Amino acid sequence: MSTLWVAVLVAALGCALLKQLGYVVPGRWLEGARVRAFVDVLPVALLSALVTVSTFASGTRLVLDSRAAGLLVAVVLVALRAPFLLVVVAACAAAAGVHALSG
Amino acid sequence: MRGHVWSVLVVSFARGVSAEDDAASLRRIRARALVIGLSVTPFGVSFGAVSVGSGLSVLQTCLLSLVLFSGASQFALVSILGAGGGVGSALATTLLLGSRNGLYGAGVRGLLRAPAWLRPLAAQVTIDESTAMAFAEAPAGFAASAFWSTAASVYVLWNLATVLGALVGRGLGSLSVAGLDAAGPAAFVALLGPRLRFASARVVALVAAAVAVLCVPLLPAGSPVLVGGGLAALAAVARRR
Repeated sequence: MSTLWVAVLVAALGCALLKQLGYVVPGRWLEGARVRAFVDVLPVALLSALVTVSTFASGTRLVLDSRAAGLLVAVVLVALRAPFLLVVVAACAAAAGVHALSG
Repeated sequence: MRGHVWSVLVVSFARGVSAEDDAASLRRIRARALVIGLSVTPFGVSFGAVSVGSGLSVLQTCLLSLVLFSGASQFALVSILGAGGGVGSALATTLLLGSRNGLYGAGVRGLLRAPAWLRPLAAQVTIDESTAMAFAEAPAGFAASAFWSTAASVYVLWNLATVLGALVGRGLGSLSVAGLDAAGPAAFVALLGPRLRFASARVVALVAAAVAVLCVPLLPAGSPVLVGGGLAALAAVARRR
């Protein structure tokens, strides 16, 4: 089996299992203030790290390319509370434009 | 006697009104569930396209939406794998992002009071949208219908959108020519935005973003997200104590 298949299956089954655990583990296991605070803050931390890494990383190098233009447009539109569709389409259009211009 | 008749009339009238209210509430909930489902379709289409552009097959892409069924985790996985990141880091980030659904389940299961045979299904569709709707409608006593109608709407439309996006992505070829390499960053910003209402969250986000990007030249591809995000989250929790 290819590595990609392993990644897809482990991710899919693992996340599905995490959802099932929420319905079977005793409630008091998850009542700890620290566990709750950690799981609460994780999405903010991971999503934010994903924003910068998916924009500025090319392998293990930092680069400034057309994705940065897309990010800039996305940040402005999200701050203006634009709908998701507009955010993504405008960001992709900006990135495609810069990519075409920079050849 | 007369008083009794009146009270019966009043009670039955009140019941009729409340039954009508119930029906109206259920209609309102179903309409909202449909709108929420429609609002995730652009996200599903971009996920499908980015996933195929990152090297996953249409089948693998659709399996993620059917089985994993959690947008942020799915996008994180294909984004890290597509950027050449290690499988270990990609999986760890994906599973950590998915762990919040487990916490949602622990909170929402008491509202649903689903029979044992339905619980595995409820767990599979316990995500941001269905949980939020269940909690929003719980005070009026409609937690279960809000949960199930939102879950059904999002599950069906998310999967249809994924197929569409995957097929579109297969026809597009290079991600950067179509600007689709900016879809990941844009999606992450859109998911992050509503979570930044509090100053403490904004501090965590800045620390995570900065640490992660500084780690890019120093660590294997894929791990900076995990290191930056994980350290920022741990630091935030340690500071609260």
